[in-house]
Amino acid sequence: MISLLLRRLALALMVTLTVLTISFALTRLSGDIAVSIAGPAASAEDVAIIRKTYGFDRPLPVQFVDWVRSAASGDLGRSYLYRQPVSELIRDRLPTTLKLGVSALLLALFTALPLGILAAMREGSLVDRGVMLVALVGQAMPGFWLALLLIIQFGLNLQWLPIAGAEDWTGYVLPAIVLAFSAIPALMRLTRSGMIDALSSDYVRTARAKGLSRASIVLKHAARNAAMPVVAISAVQLGALLGGSIVIEAVFALHGVGYLAWESISKNDFPVVQAVVLFLAVIYIALTLIADLFNAVLDPRLRAA
Amino acid sequence: MTPETVLEVRDLRVRFGTGVDAVRGVSLGVRAGETHCLVGESGCGKSVTALAVMGLLARGATRNAALVAFRGTDMMALSEREMARLRGDKIAMIFQEPMTSLNPAFTIGSQMAEVLERHRGGGRRRALDRAAGLLGRVGVSAPGMRLAQYPHQLSGGLRQRVMIAMALMCEPELLIADEPTTALDVTVQAQILRLLVELQRDLGLAILLITHDLGVVARVAHRVSVMYAGEVVESAAVDELFAAPSHPYTRALLACVPVPGTVRRDQPLGSIPGTVPRMRPGFVGCAFRARCRYAMDVCAEAVPERLRAPGHRYLCQLAA
Repeated sequence: MISLLLRRLALALMVTLTVLTISFALTRLSGDIAVSIAGPAASAEDVAIIRKTYGFDRPLPVQFVDWVRSAASGDLGRSYLYRQPVSELIRDRLPTTLKLGVSALLLALFTALPLGILAAMREGSLVDRGVMLVALVGQAMPGFWLALLLIIQFGLNLQWLPIAGAEDWTGYVLPAIVLAFSAIPALMRLTRSGMIDALSSDYVRTARAKGLSRASIVLKHAARNAAMPVVAISAVQLGALLGGSIVIEAVFALHGVGYLAWESISKNDFPVVQAVVLFLAVIYIALTLIADLFNAVLDPRLRAA
Repeated sequence: MTPETVLEVRDLRVRFGTGVDAVRGVSLGVRAGETHCLVGESGCGKSVTALAVMGLLARGATRNAALVAFRGTDMMALSEREMARLRGDKIAMIFQEPMTSLNPAFTIGSQMAEVLERHRGGGRRRALDRAAGLLGRVGVSAPGMRLAQYPHQLSGGLRQRVMIAMALMCEPELLIADEPTTALDVTVQAQILRLLVELQRDLGLAILLITHDLGVVARVAHRVSVMYAGEVVESAAVDELFAAPSHPYTRALLACVPVPGTVRRDQPLGSIPGTVPRMRPGFVGCAFRARCRYAMDVCAEAVPERLRAPGHRYLCQLAA
């Protein structure tokens, strides 16, 4: 277990370094930053001054090492737009995004798991086909479009829920539903196929031969084994939800990390872009790591490996 | 029915959703303290017979029978809930694949204990004590330590011993063993068979043992039913069957087994060409006729059941 933990941590560290490199490289490739900061009216001298002030005149490797060093100590640079440390910007916006992402994931899990299990138990039945149809529709429907439909129906026609902002929890309902809908198909399919495999396995036959109750067979013996891929994909989905909330936060005007990213991309506020990419990547890596360890708890064979 | 008959099956039929008759009128009885071997090639319906008795057929398969009785109770009339209460308690079953028959995600102790907890209640502590005791009884070393282990940490032989111990948790009267030694090394096979014989002697178990291995039959069986294409084509006490095999299929099977001292090096070992046919509904006559060296025209008609000796029946046009 300890060696597994160490190996996964080393791997996570390497991935983080790779992400650092890529996010650094991408922002430098997207044009001369000094020019975009200076704005269209600036003279060549202005640009030169900006380049000097922000240190863009130094060799790229030096800039990179400098950036990595300060990122490691929590200093992600300053936003050109807000004239504020990026880490503060992210910290202020994070609760909104986390609330949205986590509630979307919970909503997705509470919908996808029971439906997936039910579909597996009645494979080929009308219930199964209905569930798979929902999965297909969910996968095909763009989030922003569903968002608009929900806004029209529940926000404008029925006026049950706010259509923008997050004064209280009601503001999260519609965006969470939209985000959850994007995560449900994959979770549901995986639950269904995992449960179908598990239910036709030899150990489930043994469990039936032992006379165990249906609940114990399905929810204990089968589900425990079907859970592993679902745990892995849930972690990935939460990462995707946090990243995917860029569009949804913009549609619902929720001022979270996603909104910040959208804003800074459109205004070329590159320290923010760089930091948000890094931040999301690190969250992704952390989630994957947690999922791996959680799976090791679920599956004794992984602990030994 | 004699009082000591533990399992009685009369005219059991199983049809798969695919339109194949897997079991076609099997009748057999197992008495307390007796091992009844069900022998035949792969695909002859032995495992399906066992699963049908247990009520564990896969979806899409339907069973029918004049009678499937455990200690005089008609199991065909029981609900799934009532069957579940019998399974693992009075009737236990072990399977061919010790590698996959235990759940990889739970400890041996937890998987054994839940049988007792389910059928008898009484808490985990007591169940684990009994599990440890039984593991010791079936020859597993350091039983207390094994309880905390997971299936992947045990060898195939050990896992099969665990399966057997688990089957004994509630002191069953009937043990159905579906090829329990097929997946094991020869030496381990012998150990497991010896264990089954011992347990039977000590506990008075009725055992329905499914195997394709006539060596196993010779070692442990009291009665034998030879199955072919979903039918019992011959049934007799074990000595009687080996001394006077009467169905051509039984004889062909026996010819496939080398017997030291009687097989000559220059003589090829027997084999039965072809495979067991899939039986479609409406089939009439002897299912073995396509592979039988004695086949006659009359074999396409309904086959009479012949009595060779008391308790020795076979299905064939040929008189003994």
